Amino acid sequence: MSTPTHSLQRFELTSARRRKDRLARGSIVAATVVALIPLALIVYYLLSKGLGSWSWNFFTTDPTGNTFFAKQSIGGVKSAILGTIEIVALAALLAVPIGVGVAVWLVEYGRDGRFAQLVRFFVDVLTGVPSIMFGLFVYIVLIAGTGSSYAAYKGSFALALLMLPVVTRSAEVVLMLVPAALRESALALGAPRWKVIARIVLPTALPGLVTGVLLAIARAAGETAPLLFTAAATFKTSFSLSGFMNSLPVQIYNDVTSPTTAVVNRAWGAALALVSMILLLNLFARLVSRRSSIG
Amino acid sequence: MEAASFASGGRSTLERSPLARLPDRALKYGLTALAAAILALIVYFFIRLVGEARPAFAKEGVLGFTFGNDWNVGANHFGALPLLMGTLITSVLALAMGVPVAVATAVYVTELCPRRIRTPVAVLIELLAAVPSVVYGLWGIFFLAPKLQPAEQFLADRLSGVPFIGGGLVTIPNYFIAGLVLAIMILPIVSSISREVMSTVPPDHKEAALGLGATRWEMIRLAVLPYCRGGITGAAMLGLGRAIGETIAVTILIGDAPQLSGHLFGQGYSLAAVIANEFGEAQELHRSALFAAGLVLFVLTLLVNVVARLLVMHAERTNRPKRSVRDFTETDTVIGRALGS
Amino acid sequence: MSATDPRTDPTTPEIASEMLEPKRQNPAQTGQAGQQQDVSAKPDATMLPRSGLTVTLQALKAFYGDVEQVKGIDLEFRSSEVTAIIGPSGCGKSTMIRCINRMHEEIPGARAEGKVLLDELDVYDPSIDVVAVRRAIGMVFQKPNPFPTMSVFDNVAAGLRLSSGKAGDLEHRVESALRGAGLWDEVSDRLSEPGAGLSGGQQQRLCIARSLAVEPEVILMDEPCSALDPIATLKIEELIDQLKRRVTIVIVTHNMQQAARVADRTAFMLGGELVEVGATEKIFTTPEDSRTEEYVTGKFG
Repeated sequence: MSTPTHSLQRFELTSARRRKDRLARGSIVAATVVALIPLALIVYYLLSKGLGSWSWNFFTTDPTGNTFFAKQSIGGVKSAILGTIEIVALAALLAVPIGVGVAVWLVEYGRDGRFAQLVRFFVDVLTGVPSIMFGLFVYIVLIAGTGSSYAAYKGSFALALLMLPVVTRSAEVVLMLVPAALRESALALGAPRWKVIARIVLPTALPGLVTGVLLAIARAAGETAPLLFTAAATFKTSFSLSGFMNSLPVQIYNDVTSPTTAVVNRAWGAALALVSMILLLNLFARLVSRRSSIG
Repeated sequence: MEAASFASGGRSTLERSPLARLPDRALKYGLTALAAAILALIVYFFIRLVGEARPAFAKEGVLGFTFGNDWNVGANHFGALPLLMGTLITSVLALAMGVPVAVATAVYVTELCPRRIRTPVAVLIELLAAVPSVVYGLWGIFFLAPKLQPAEQFLADRLSGVPFIGGGLVTIPNYFIAGLVLAIMILPIVSSISREVMSTVPPDHKEAALGLGATRWEMIRLAVLPYCRGGITGAAMLGLGRAIGETIAVTILIGDAPQLSGHLFGQGYSLAAVIANEFGEAQELHRSALFAAGLVLFVLTLLVNVVARLLVMHAERTNRPKRSVRDFTETDTVIGRALGS
Repeated sequence: MSATDPRTDPTTPEIASEMLEPKRQNPAQTGQAGQQQDVSAKPDATMLPRSGLTVTLQALKAFYGDVEQVKGIDLEFRSSEVTAIIGPSGCGKSTMIRCINRMHEEIPGARAEGKVLLDELDVYDPSIDVVAVRRAIGMVFQKPNPFPTMSVFDNVAAGLRLSSGKAGDLEHRVESALRGAGLWDEVSDRLSEPGAGLSGGQQQRLCIARSLAVEPEVILMDEPCSALDPIATLKIEELIDQLKRRVTIVIVTHNMQQAARVADRTAFMLGGELVEVGATEKIFTTPEDSRTEEYVTGKFG
């Protein structure tokens, strides 16, 4: 314990303050540990239940659609993996330019105007819309009324709608962080606004933008609900975006309640595969942002 | 701020040709049109939704539908109260359990963590967002729920006097487990935004607190948390939005009770779950009722956003006095605009 | 102000105390003023209970990682005096001052060696809590930094509330701190308004009041006026003049005229080392070291 001379004695920390400090800091550390426990549990669970299903066959054959007869082969999940990649890629192609565009508009032109506030409000609303609603919307607009059927690109539309507010919101935040001084000095040099945006603002914000986009993609890749009534799973691998297409989340969702153990195991293997893909995407997003901010 | 206006309003040598100004114009109007289109899309969505929901509202009445306590497919009678309450209860649970932990992790990473493990810890927390909702649902129902059931039953028995929590049999899908898994799902988003906001606290304020002889926790309490009030509220609202809208995980974890269960550890239902479960085979009135449920969900989201906005504005106003000259702090703009205050 | 301006009079120390004596004997009049020629009331140093302690640096070194920024300094800051630290940018004066209240170690990778004695107690002694050190040695920063989410009152009370929160006591002490900082008359009717809503100079005085409220022995000032306009600077310099009777003041400044105006003793630093220290007048008129002379005559810096 400390033994201050009289000169510092009146400043000494009371034990109550010391205790509160330690208690608060301890709780914060404890909470952080608690937050990390589920991640460990999930990863462990997935590995233990899913790793066993992984095999060459698993990745290279389509599901056979057989979920009842134990004797026949059940196949792998190739079409699901490819389908997810295709559907999400198309969704990203739609959502990213639009999302970044709206964000640029909000930051550079709309700013605090009434219209901009309205747009911001509705983008906010979109972030909260349940994923299934996007599927419903696409269903109403593109399927029910028109008499045409399910298609992969319609699933992409639904996913794009899901991604849109995420991309817009994160892009807006990142663009805001570009210092006003940077824009001002470029404008003061006589550069037209579009050049300032294209040559200075966007490149500066690029790492953050890419990160936001990759995270939105990761989110979309894991979504099941929007695809339920839009893309309609099929078992075969397909490269036609206007036809039925399989996807990992749907495959998992359908398989996991099967009475056949092998099918259930395959569902967990697929879940592991999906999580791995998303994790890789996340790590890639991180690498990109770190590389660009240094270079 | 427009140097361009200086150029165009000046002498002829500085004048930009109309052609040169075209890209600027095109960009501006193009993007404005885009923003307007997005707005129009959302409005169109709403209108179509209302259209499809109309038959159900016609039969039950708007209030009757929204607050009727029985979702009875067989009898073609639809009251959405159990769904609405399920959505609300699980979301509130998620907030109550998730936000404090998320904010704590943010504080840890920005203020207390040794520099070396700062990034790894932050990355790990963000990885929680990489787990797809279907996996959360499945993990929840196959792993977590059975593990927690004894504890839940214990709690229900011990607190049997307490309404809503106590008494009754604990079922595997129930409000609580759905809320718990939702809390885990919203952790990464609330944490990362909070962290973002906390890292922009000007070191000045932290130094001011430390210079006064504050302990580490007191410094956080004095300089960091108050400054971040608005941002953290916004982060919590984003988390709430996510919780309200989460479909698959909740569908798996909440059950499908057609009536409101008065029990935290009993089965429930939610607006999103009912759509996911029943849409595939729904006909006519049933289908319309599902759309109506979707509409209720949509309106709920709108309400939450409005309230969130008001909260953030209020927090921001008490934070920032009106000044004519002030230092430009990116945080204010980021928080304020990203959350629309 | 009286006929002879204490700030430009070369015999400042003795005359100043006599000039300022009358004010000190009429605290009530000063405190309730408002009828002074200046906009703000003269700061009332009598509200503060005691005079400051002496701070002695012994072989003080400061490092950022492996880089030695402060290279072994022996220096004394005497009580009831203002000591100014001058020197060109990067000479380590801010780093050194931050070692005194151990703020330097808040920077990751930074550390200090040597001793900083407050009276006879080494503030770096492991048995002493850094929190206590910072209570005893207050700091005013270059950029005024009142807590943005707090009112004027709460800002001043912030330090007090950390240790004890007795309400009645609090109001009295906040008022006396604000009077001590010469800010009471300007803010007494807006104590509940946000602290950040004041002008720059007022904010800085608010920060000084905040530091005063916990009744430190020493106040360190790191270029406190560099972000302020001349009028605000003037007011703060007047304030320093009053406060020195009760607190030991160390002020880092890049403005030599300011040092000449407010400081009793001045220390000149260059490249992390102490070149010369002495009575302000001597440093500026007949310095011993040629480097000092070159600096004060503006040959570099």
